[in-house]
Amino acid sequence: MWDYSETVKEHFYNPRNAGALPEANAIGEVGSISCGDALRLMLKVDPANETILDASFQTFGCGSAIASSSALTEIIKGKTLEQALDVSNQDIADFLGGLPPEKMHCSVMGREALQSAIANYRGEVWSDDHEEGALICKCFAVDAVMIEDTIRANNLCSVEQVTNYTKAGGGCSSCHEGIEEILAKVLAERGEDFKAAPPPEKKVPGKMTTLERIRKIEQVIEKARPNLQRDHGDIELVDVDGKTIYVAMKGACSGCQMEAATLGGVQAQMIEALGELVKLVPVKPTVKLAPNTLA
Amino acid sequence: MSIPNLTPIYLDNNATTRCAPEAVAAMLPYFTEQFGNPSSMHSFGAKVGHAVKAARGSLQKLLGAEYDSEIVYTAGGTEADNTAILSALKANPERREIIITMVEHHAVLHLCDQLEKDGYTIHKLKVDGIGRLDLDEYAKLLSDKVAVVSVMWANNETGTFFPVEQMAQMANAAGVLFHTDAVQAVGKIPLNLANSAIDMLSMSGHKLHGPKGIGALYLRRGARFRPLLRGGGQERGRRAGTENVPAIIGMGVAAELALEHMEQENTYVRALRDKLQAGILAAVPHAFVTGDARNRLPNTLNVAFEYVEGEAILMLLNKQGIAASSGSACTSGSLEPSHVMRAMGIPYTAAHGTIRFSLSRENTEAEIDRVIAVTPAIIAQLRKLSPYWGENGPVTDPEKAFAPTYA
Ligand SMILES: Cc1ncc(COP(=O)(O)O)c(C=O)c1O
Ligand code: FES
Repeated sequence: MWDYSETVKEHFYNPRNAGALPEANAIGEVGSISCGDALRLMLKVDPANETILDASFQTFGCGSAIASSSALTEIIKGKTLEQALDVSNQDIADFLGGLPPEKMHCSVMGREALQSAIANYRGEVWSDDHEEGALICKCFAVDAVMIEDTIRANNLCSVEQVTNYTKAGGGCSSCHEGIEEILAKVLAERGEDFKAAPPPEKKVPGKMTTLERIRKIEQVIEKARPNLQRDHGDIELVDVDGKTIYVAMKGACSGCQMEAATLGGVQAQMIEALGELVKLVPVKPTVKLAPNTLA
Repeated sequence: MSIPNLTPIYLDNNATTRCAPEAVAAMLPYFTEQFGNPSSMHSFGAKVGHAVKAARGSLQKLLGAEYDSEIVYTAGGTEADNTAILSALKANPERREIIITMVEHHAVLHLCDQLEKDGYTIHKLKVDGIGRLDLDEYAKLLSDKVAVVSVMWANNETGTFFPVEQMAQMANAAGVLFHTDAVQAVGKIPLNLANSAIDMLSMSGHKLHGPKGIGALYLRRGARFRPLLRGGGQERGRRAGTENVPAIIGMGVAAELALEHMEQENTYVRALRDKLQAGILAAVPHAFVTGDARNRLPNTLNVAFEYVEGEAILMLLNKQGIAASSGSACTSGSLEPSHVMRAMGIPYTAAHGTIRFSLSRENTEAEIDRVIAVTPAIIAQLRKLSPYWGENGPVTDPEKAFAPTYA
């Protein structure tokens, strides 16, 4: 059974704004019955100021698809169309207290229905630019299409590169077989053979001085930052107390639904680098943070 | 998932069963007093060795095997399936083809997908709308290029039986090894392997009120075999590794109980299943049974509820304390209904809403009555949310009524 948050369950058991909205003047439809989920979003927009007066949905799909639809209608009611367009799928997931990685696509469907409805209101044609593949990396919710496209676009040839570009494979590493298969397929199209990189050298956990240990910790944090910054987030070392390492998550990473996964990934790298079991604990960002990074 | 205040009703026995208290009680001493290694040359080991032999005898009886040495203990059904197929390939290196069906369990299917990547040719027999095989198609594929045929006895999703005995005879006549995944059949229907052409058969303890992580491969005496795991000489060198003694003892007791209750399975349990089926179909419009309703396991009912999604149904059933399962795995990018439903050609409007109710001798009539009472409202509630459902029934031509603006 999925590990749904209480909010997801609540919105599934008691969906808000379910049913047809006869006076709707903006309708967005995404998905299909063959895909296993479909969502019709209906909006009543005030033509005078483009404010969403009312919203309702009809959804065929699993528990989190219904909960995501319900959450979406609650989020956008009262917003202008411009404001509504700023709602991301992450906002929907956050509103619900997070979604399991396998279910993030439900929030994506919500956002797409919203774009489609607004396009419908404006007399435009909305086209789906997002194709979804089978979920490969559960730690970071990355699917096969995303990995394949990234390999193609950037001529990647190793799992490590794929991790650097997409985060996939950067956590527990159990998805490396799947990533290697995609690499082998794309490389074969380029007429190349996929060669597995030699396994990383095992570090002998010799005794480190306190200074060496702190430096190592800083190195791991530094290595993790570019990935996070690409997603408008960041991580900062706050303090080290024995086996506990305090870090601050910033920007898009702070409190986001992937925070735990991100922390888990960095913690795994930390353990490997130090050759000892340590725990990463998130704390509130320190005062010396530049304010703009908190936005 | 919050546990409701209702006494739970467990109708997911094809996924796993409750370990019988008698089996648990029999296992316990083998963790503490009787902890010896059956291979050891002292009395600690010898006593345990005798108990394992007795458990093997119980299993032999349940399977109707001719010799108790035809039983090789494994760590479950999956290992037995993998062992059987990989053994056949190893024993017949010049044969590069395998025959299975489209609807096998993943323990067979995913192994064969991998073998296909390794260069083997996999023939997957098709099924018709109610899950039946075409034996002519099968006969044409049998040849001296085939290393092994692996066909399940009963399907885990629909309960549908395959004519494995007849198929084993056909394979036998063609000089091809025959394996059957009988994980769902063992304990539910009488078996008599002594009188059979089946070379290998997989079973699993936790599907028949035994413990998890234990199973067995039946290996007909004389059938060519190559072990998967080599090491110590356990299981006569056919499966190395110190025996999981407590689990072997527990599965032995479970096998005895299954034999005792065999009659009940095919009368009492079957009657409950039939009552559940009739009750649901009478009260819920646009619902139908999938699989071969006249030729299936006595405990299994698979119903397709049109225009609703299975996982949502499960969550609402669970809220009422009812545990069942769905063939529809709604996860990112693979919103595909189960491979079994697709193989039978069940339309998408129904395939996403298939629910499997699998009973056991522990269920009661009162439980079945409660499931029949709550199911119609659950389906109606979800249909009310569905864009494919109108006031009183499905919208006409759902595929067209709902038309996303993009291609
Ligand atoms: C038909 C079938 N084969 C194999 C298995 C796997 O058995 P086990 O869980 O003991 O590995 C199952 C269990 O789901 C099954 O239903
Ligand atoms: S699943 Fe990809 S790193 Fe864990």
